[in-house]
Amino acid sequence: MDKLFVYLQYPFVRYALIVGVLIALCSSLLGVTLVLKRFSFIGDGLSHVAFGAMAVAGVLNLSNEMIVVLPVTVICAILLLRTGNDTKIKGDAAIAMISVGALAFGYLLMNIFSTSANVSGDVCSTLFGSTSILTLSRWEVWLCVVLSLAVAAIFILFYNRIFAVTFDENFSRAAGVNADRYNLLIAVITAVIIVLAMNLVGSLLISALVIFPALSAMRIYGSFRSVTICSAILSVVSALGGILVSIAFGTPVGSTIVAADALVFGICWLIGSLKK
Amino acid sequence: MAYLCVKDLSLGYDGKAILSNLDFTVNEGDYLCIVGENGSGKTTLMKTLLHLQQPISGTITFGDGLSSNEIGYLPQQTLVQRDFPASVAEIVLSGCQARLKNRFFYSREEKKLAEENMERMRISDLSDKCYRELSGGQQQRVLLARALCAARKILLLDEPVTGLDPRVSAELYGLINDLNRQGITIIMISHDISAAVRYASHILHIGSKIYFGTKEDYLKTSLGQYFLQAQEVSNG
Ligand SMILES: Nc1ncnc2c1ncn2[C@@H]1O[C@H](COP(=O)(O)OP(=O)(O)OP(=O)(O)O)[C@@H](O)[C@H]1O
Ligand SMILES: [Mg+2]
Repeated sequence: MDKLFVYLQYPFVRYALIVGVLIALCSSLLGVTLVLKRFSFIGDGLSHVAFGAMAVAGVLNLSNEMIVVLPVTVICAILLLRTGNDTKIKGDAAIAMISVGALAFGYLLMNIFSTSANVSGDVCSTLFGSTSILTLSRWEVWLCVVLSLAVAAIFILFYNRIFAVTFDENFSRAAGVNADRYNLLIAVITAVIIVLAMNLVGSLLISALVIFPALSAMRIYGSFRSVTICSAILSVVSALGGILVSIAFGTPVGSTIVAADALVFGICWLIGSLKK
Repeated sequence: MAYLCVKDLSLGYDGKAILSNLDFTVNEGDYLCIVGENGSGKTTLMKTLLHLQQPISGTITFGDGLSSNEIGYLPQQTLVQRDFPASVAEIVLSGCQARLKNRFFYSREEKKLAEENMERMRISDLSDKCYRELSGGQQQRVLLARALCAARKILLLDEPVTGLDPRVSAELYGLINDLNRQGITIIMISHDISAAVRYASHILHIGSKIYFGTKEDYLKTSLGQYFLQAQEVSNG
């Protein structure tokens, strides 16, 4: 416990906690929508795209990777949504292709052009999240804070429409609502969340961060609003716990958070079973 | 100008027509019943009218001040994902989504409207229940209440009484009739020809033969007589 207070005096630890909590909050908001729409595939695919973009940014030796990663991922999200609209099977195949392609391409680039001595270490930290959350620059911290607040605000403002389009897209269209526009909005927010979450847990573990809290909350509650609120709380608690544990015991941040999410899911699963 | 004007419409899937040469109009205050055998294309027609699906050829024109955000729709099947967490109240309120226009949140009137429609469908006591834990008939009533929230000028119903018990069915027919008298235009698909004949003002019969006209004229045709008799026989 004392050790914790000592650590909390370091600004980088405080940054990590703030950023971690905000990212966990917004990644859980869209969880239900992503689990229930086909978008969970898109989310997974996009995380691989973000990995590829990160590799390109690394090769170009950019001091700020987000400048490349964010737009590339958002554009891919829009493209994937387009192809996904035609037919389901074709859309899924396109997602699989892009995601695996980006993964391979990214690794290849890192291998060929890397200047660092420890390529597999770099790759590993991009995939599973490193201690990078503890090494965020001031600029990155601000970017994360602004983006996550924007995502949360947009989610709250469009909450009713996101629910309607997720629940029954055909009804929305029949009632004259431009469902495509909101699908696009969901895809763009997803892309932003994924890029953000990559800082926290690395690109392979993003799906866990997005999906676990929603699944946990769905075990307990039956309305969209309670599930959304509950998953936000669970996600923030898991992230806080995960970061603190990883600081105290020196475990990798990303996997510790995901382990905490999994633990919470187990507890919720038990509660849900007892309730029935 | 009519609310809905359908000219030389062909519809189907993947370029293959299942119905062609459809011509009919729906005017404000009409009560149109669409009848026909299973698989004749009634649901497909309704989806095409709602622009959920592209027509193969022909035109559908909305007129007379009807805009697409004044339409209520009850689908025949709603593919709600198995685990979707949504309470009855949330779903019924989502029927008001087209009324939001540029606002973000529902107004007090819209919430009240949702409550009234839940009362009408006798689901007020279920309002906090999770949709996926309801019986088929209860789910149907939830979706109906949602459609009622959206219907400001016209209500499209695809087999609304499926899965409802006789009492609720009768109430529903009465309710739809009341709405129609209040000026809401109704387009309803139904296999229940006796109810269609009782309430509708116009009948559209689709299948190998297509007929469109007022109920009185329909009953005079051999097609109408035959269809009515077939139902009476099956009802014993
Ligand atoms: N998604 C689809 N793709 C291809 N063909 C379809 C599709 N949906 C329906 N069909 C075909 O179109 C025809 C009309 O179907 P539709 O659902 O419109 O019939 P219906 O008149 O509503 O029947 P019911 O009384 O059983 O509801 C059927 O022959 C069906 O096989
Ligand atoms: Mg049908």
